Parts: sequence; structure tokens; C-alpha cells
Amino acid sequence: MLGKLRHRLHETFVRWALRVRPPEPAPIILTQRRVYVLPTRAGLAYGAALGVMLLGAMNYNLSLGYALVFLLAGLGIVAILHTFRNLVLLSIRPGRCEPVFAGGRAQFGLLLENRRSDARTSLRLFIDEEDPIEVDIGPHTSRATPLGVPAEKRGWLPMPRFTIETTWPLGLIRAWSYAVPDLSCLVYPTPAAKAPPLPWSSDSARGSAKDGRGADDFSGLRKHQVADAPRHVAWKAVARQQDGPLLTKLFSGAAAQQLWLDWAALPDTIDTEQRLSILARWILDADAAGLAWGLRLPAVRLAPDNGPAQRSAGLQALALFSHGAH
Amino acid sequence: MARTNRPVSQRQAWWLLATALAASLPLAPQVPLWLSLAAGAAFSWRAALTWRQWHLPPRWLLVLLVIAGTVGVFLQYRTIVGRTPGIALLVVFLSLKLLELRAARDAVATVLLCYFLVLGQFLFTQTIPTALLACLTVLITTATLLAASDDRPQPQPQLRHAGLMLAQALPFMLLLFLLFPRVQGPLWGIPQDRFSAVSGLSDTMSPGSIALLSQSDAIAFRAKFQGEVPPQSQLYWRGPVMPSFDGRTWRVRQTLGAYAEVPYDGLGAAVDYEVTLEPHGKFWLFALELPATLPPDSALTSDYQPIARQAVRNRMRYTQRAWPNAIAGVNEAQGVLRDALALPRDGNPRTRAVSASWRAQHGNDGAAILAAAETFFSQQLLIYTLNPPLLGGDIVDEFLFDSKRGFCEHFAAAFVFALRAAGVPARVVAGYQGGEVNPVDGYLVVRQYDAHAWAEAWIAGRGWVRIDPTAISAPSRINSNLAAAVPAGEELPFLARSDLAWLRELRYRLDAVTNGWNQWVLGYNPQRQRDLLAGLGMKEPDWRSMTAILSVLCGGVMLGLTIWILRNRLRVDPAFAAWRRFTARLARRGIVWQPWEGPLAFAQRAAGQAPRHAQSIGEIAALYARMRYGPAPQEGDLVRLKQMIAAFHP
Repeated sequence: MLGKLRHRLHETFVRWALRVRPPEPAPIILTQRRVYVLPTRAGLAYGAALGVMLLGAMNYNLSLGYALVFLLAGLGIVAILHTFRNLVLLSIRPGRCEPVFAGGRAQFGLLLENRRSDARTSLRLFIDEEDPIEVDIGPHTSRATPLGVPAEKRGWLPMPRFTIETTWPLGLIRAWSYAVPDLSCLVYPTPAAKAPPLPWSSDSARGSAKDGRGADDFSGLRKHQVADAPRHVAWKAVARQQDGPLLTKLFSGAAAQQLWLDWAALPDTIDTEQRLSILARWILDADAAGLAWGLRLPAVRLAPDNGPAQRSAGLQALALFSHGAH
Repeated sequence: MARTNRPVSQRQAWWLLATALAASLPLAPQVPLWLSLAAGAAFSWRAALTWRQWHLPPRWLLVLLVIAGTVGVFLQYRTIVGRTPGIALLVVFLSLKLLELRAARDAVATVLLCYFLVLGQFLFTQTIPTALLACLTVLITTATLLAASDDRPQPQPQLRHAGLMLAQALPFMLLLFLLFPRVQGPLWGIPQDRFSAVSGLSDTMSPGSIALLSQSDAIAFRAKFQGEVPPQSQLYWRGPVMPSFDGRTWRVRQTLGAYAEVPYDGLGAAVDYEVTLEPHGKFWLFALELPATLPPDSALTSDYQPIARQAVRNRMRYTQRAWPNAIAGVNEAQGVLRDALALPRDGNPRTRAVSASWRAQHGNDGAAILAAAETFFSQQLLIYTLNPPLLGGDIVDEFLFDSKRGFCEHFAAAFVFALRAAGVPARVVAGYQGGEVNPVDGYLVVRQYDAHAWAEAWIAGRGWVRIDPTAISAPSRINSNLAAAVPAGEELPFLARSDLAWLRELRYRLDAVTNGWNQWVLGYNPQRQRDLLAGLGMKEPDWRSMTAILSVLCGGVMLGLTIWILRNRLRVDPAFAAWRRFTARLARRGIVWQPWEGPLAFAQRAAGQAPRHAQSIGEIAALYARMRYGPAPQEGDLVRLKQMIAAFHP
């Protein structure tokens, strides 16, 4: 009950604090108006200790006691300024965000830019308080910082509000700010764990793909590329030439085959998300096998091709697929 | 919060150990030996834990140790409240806290304990060396607090950072110290143990009690005169007056009938001065004879001794006026006179016989008896010495007729006894005589070895008359000082010796510094605060106006620091500014630089899109990359970069 109330109050504060409707245009500069400062628990303990010490100094008329308490009080004030300074006028730009599969973690790249001639130390960034990232930024330096968040649903995942805070240097004061950069992450559907075999269309050499033997005629070797499937590495050839580069077997049949990953080919009993999952699995499998493939969705058609660009385009189509098109 | 749960690192543990040592070492003389040893053992254990990275001791063991330490402190002092037991308990807690440094939270708790211990030192001493030592401790402690949130810097930069922050805290400290509305303590009762070991005059006087004080060069009080310092022979600082005598010991009057104003009139010139009295735990205040005014919150006893309403537990400052030639007590109350004649029934027959002969010769003529007594004392050829022989039984007889050697209390006691035996009311006055003017700051310093006792006789028509029997036998004690009066070779306190001129010079300077410290730092009390503010033109400063001024000034300092903090908000790195001009030009050609793109990667992409300018793009990017990310930038790099970019027109 109390926790709920606290949460609601916090949300109200944040909404007031952000003022600008999220997402914010880049660059986000943490001006003094949007950096908040409050003592930490250690700071409260420090203040209470000073209060007790002041009473002691009064009671025993300790002039040096007064001096000590006032020096430490001054230190507390200075700590406010230093902590505030550590955060204020930091500039934040949205960076890159690589697409992920649903169920994975979206990593929102942020570019923290320190335009000052002093370093900024121990800045903590988090979306979820339990999982902070701590960074230092040198003078006149930018720093790319990925901020992860679980990607649950396919589609565009806008970057949620994140908190950036610091208690440096004394740990007595916390300065913090919120920001919602204009950044979204593309979330692909989760590839199905179990999927039917690749749907060779009738006009392709379907039968030979089934038994997997002899259909793809070996036509030569080329240098291994990252995207090439490991099972196409010509291990024997590699072993022969000892420390040469990895080689990939090329199959003359690969380009000629017509592989259509078709929405409609799946049984009607399978619901939309499940279908997208299976399609995603097919795309991954086909891509791994180095096959050229095409994609047919209601209202989307992707001509057969292979390579990373085709893979991204296919997965993006799945990610952004909407029911209305069905 | 996640941060406070972070475990304490090895370097943080070293910092905390250093802080604990710095905070507790100065207290070693104040706590019992067993506690010092136990704390030393705990510190060594901590050092071993840190060094070897052993596991922390189990919690139950620490709980047992805390209980044991608390019981130990209780057995030592029979209480756990009060100054010394409190400090001892803090040392126990600190030592054991070091053994349970689990998380950053424990580090903060340790640092706060250390701050308390620094305050604890001030309960015992507030001298300049203590203050300097405390500054060092606070520096280390603050560096430890810094290390608790970021332990990466090396010790030296960490200390420098702490020093910088403390230096920035100084203006706040000064403002608060001067303007924070002061209250005169105590707010609640102070345990009596605060003054257990202070040396000074007591309310009784027996043979040897003042001679004991002559071995101490502790300062009793300081006096600052308006105008000339009166001659040494007039500097009689009146302290406890002792009319009652039991045959060996003189005592102050138990019932103190008190005057709120002085009951006598001045005669001749007055002397104005200000006394800064060191705390002595008793009620009396010292005043030059005879006091003409009374300090605030004080009264005058029927023996003309100013006493404060509360025991003097803090250094105290009061202005005073004296009438050196006042005539007092012409119409003295019968009770007072009766007390001033009381003698034990028997004892000291030889002195009584001499007194009886004066009485027989001069009858009721007090002045004549006084003169006879003075003559008698000078004829006895008494010797003034710091090491009088021990006397037993009839101490007055033994002193006057047998040993003939004594210190001022022997002289005063014998003289008053003889007068009383002759029927002249007389009493012993204890106090200080003389003092030494410090030529550096002009203060007259009166030390414990200036303690003295003299006699006062009541003569009809003249009232109370001061006679110093010591002066009859050893006039140099009164006219110069102790060192001049005692025979050569007797042991004197170090500061009372007058043979080393350079040493005395050094001592004067040191003492002037100490006095300045006492007057302006330690003695900065509500009164001095009001005086200061009134001197600055504030009429009737009260806490409200003080708080207002304080807030305004502190706000001003904060504003200044904030401006300093935000000062380079718009100052962009010039190299970066030039790079932005460069990228802006390319952007017009549709080649947009993305902030996350490194300069070299961007150059490669841009060169691909604008092959005609590939060379200049590459050169600019290489130079910029070297300036930003390379080792030390070279001189002229910036100028060259600017020129290249100015000449770049895609």
C-alpha cells in the first residue's frame, strides 16, 4: 500500500521533472534545472552526527568543537556543489541500437559527452535500479554507453526513461536526472525453437534437399566469411594447407534453388505470433545455410536473395508485421 | 541502495585503518592502558585481515567483544556516561567496527566515529598543537570518505582532493564560526570529572600547600591593563580569604554572607583591567585589591572576595576596576571581627607569650601592636625558602623560633596567629602576587607559582589593612619575583627561572600566540560575538539578525562557488568546434557525421562518398584524431587544424 503510494508519488515527480514530453530531441543537455540534489542515507547520517557534535560543542563550550562542526558542515555544502557539478551540463545523444530478438536484451547505445575540461567520475546510469552501469568520462571526451533493457515484444521498442545519478565525491549527496532520448530498438520475433523443415517450394529441387545429399553440387572453394555456416567450412582443405585461411565450400545448386518462406504455407491452426516465430526460425536457418530465400507475408513480398541485408530485411518485416495486414 | 552494499575494497580498508589510527592515537593518554593495548590489537588484526585478505571474524565474536569492552569500561570508571568513559566507549566501538567492514555503509559509519573522536580530543585539550593535529586527522578522514566512494586514485591525489574540498569549506567554517548564534553552555549538567586534575588554589591552607603550587608554571589568569601596569609590589590578586583556623589548617568561611555591591568607597586613582581566567573548577574570581566593581553574575563575600554564581569551568573573561587605596571595613560587623580573633584553646605557647607582651605594652592600640609584630618578624631573621622543613605540633612556634625557614603560608599563618593572640582581628588572604608582563602583547601573565598568602589586620578607624609578612623577610619576592627571593640553587619551575634571556624571549612569543588563540579562538563566546558585531556597526545583534546575516553571506559564498562550477558551461573544446565546422560543411554535401562515429571511420566513409576530397578529408581527420586521442598534443596542432578546415571547401 505504502509502496504503491510511493511509486505513484515518484511517477508524478518524474512527470513534473521531465516537463518536456518524451522523447526529447537530441542532444539532451542536463541543465541545472533538471539536475536534482538530495542527501543520501549516508548524508543524512552525516548531518545527524554533526547535529550531535554541535550539541556537544555547545554543552562543553568547545570552541574547537564548533570549528570542527562548522568545517564539516562546510564540507557538506561543498559536497553538494561538487556532486552537482559532476552531473550538470552533461550532454546525452542517442546512439546506435542493434536489433534484438524478443526475449533478449535491447542495448540502447547512448553517447555521453563531457564538454568540460574536468573529468566526470562515477556516473551511474540505469533503467532498472538493480542493474546500473557506472562510467567515468574524461575531459572533453565522449563515451558510448549501452543501456540494456529486456525486449519482450516484437516491433519497435522505444527507449524507456532512464536515470543518471552520481554520489561522487563524498557519497553524502546524490545528484540525479532523468532523460528519455529519442531512440528505439527493433525487436524481431523470437525464432521458434521447434519449426517445420524449410518449405521448399514445388518448383525447386525439394526432394534432394530432404535427404541433404548430392543435391548441392560442389563447385569450388572461396575464403570463409563470417556469415558462412560452419558446416560449409572445407575442413579437409583447411587441414591440408595448414595455417592458411578458412575456406568455404560453394555449391552450384544453392543459387538456383527457389526457397520461399511463405506465411500462407503454414497451417491455419497456427496463430500470428507463432507463425512469425516459425518464419524467423526459417530465415535464420536459411541464412545460416547460405541459401537464397524469399519471403511472402500478407502485403509484403521480399524477392529471393541471400546475405545479411536480406536477413535484416526479412526479420524487420516480421518484426513490424501488423494484424491489420492479415 | 545498491551502492551502499558494495563490499569494502582492500584500499578502502587501508584508508579506514589509517583514519582510525589518526583519530584514536591522540586519545591514547586519556584512555586506560588496557584499552590502548586492546585497540592496538584490533588495529593489527585489521591490518592482517587486509594484508592477507582473510575472512572477517564472525558476528557473534564481535558482539561478545563489544560486550566485553563495554563491561571493561564500566569496571574501569563505574559508569559509562561522562567524558572519559564516553571516549573510551567510542574507542571500543571504533576498534571493533574496523573488524566488521562489510559494505560501504560500514565505511561511512567508521568515518563518522572518527569525527566524533576528533571532537572528543577537544574535551581534554584545545591548544594550537591539538588543533593542528586535528586538522591532519580531518584531512585523512575526509580522504577516507572520498575513497569510500571512489578508491581508484592513489593516496596522494586523494589527499590533495580532500585538502581542496576542505579548503573550499573554510569560508563556510569562518562565517559560521563568527556568526552562528552562540549559546553559553552548559546546556545540561557537566560531569564533575572535567576538572579533576586542575591545579590551583584550594579553599584551605596548611603548611606546604602553596609551596606545592610554586612548582607549577601553569597559567592562573592573564590581565590586560588599561594604561600602565601598576608596580609589582601593588599586584595583590585577592583570592580565597581564610578567617578560620584549627591549629594547623586555615579555611574559608563556610557561610558566605554576600554583598551585591562593594561596601566601601574608593580613594585615589582607580585601575581598570580585564582578566582572562583559566578554568579552575572553584567559585572564586581573582581581583586586584580591592575590587571596585563586580563582574556580571558574581557577588562579594563578607570577606571582600568576589565569587561567581557558577563554578569557573570555562575560560572566563571579565573587566574589573580596582581601588588600590580603598578603606574598607571601618564599621565591620561584630561577627566578622569575632571570627577574626578566634584561636584554638591552646598550642604555640611561645608565640602567645610574645603576643601577650605586646598586648601588655600597647593595650588596645592595634596600630602599635601591628608595628611591634612587624619589628618582631624582622628581628627573627626568617628565611624565605621553597623547601621548608616539615613541621609538626606547634607549627607557629616551630617556624618562628626553631626552624625559622618557611614559605609564604608559614609567614602569613604565623603573623595572623600572633596578631590574634595579641587581640588584633586578623585573617589570612590567599591569592596571587605579581605576575609577568609579556612585552609581545602587553598581557600580564599570572602563573601558579605566583600563588601567595598574606595577612589582613583590622585596625580601629582604618579598617582592614594589608600586611605581607613575607615582604618583611624577603622583600625581593614582592618587588620582583619568586626567582629573586628564594636562595640560589633551589628548584624552580622551568618558566620561573630568569637566567636564559633568549629562552624567555621565545617563551614570551609563544605565550603571546597562545594568548591570542585563547582570546580569539577559544574565548570566542556570546559576549565576544556581540562585541564583534557591535564593532561592525550592528546595533543590538540578536540571533535573528545574526542568522539573517549568516544566511546572506553563506548564500553569497555558495553563489560564488556555483558560478565557478558552471563557469565553463559554454566553453567548447576548440578542436571539437573546428571539427564541427568541418562536419557541417560535409553535411551540406549530404555526408552527415554521426556523433558515435570515430573521426577516422567517418573520414573513410566520407572519402568514399566524395572521392575528390579524399586526401584533405583524410588529413583533417587524422590530425583531429591525433589531437583528441593521441598522446600529448603538439604545439601548433590546433592552428593547423583550423587552417586546414578553413581551406576545405567540398
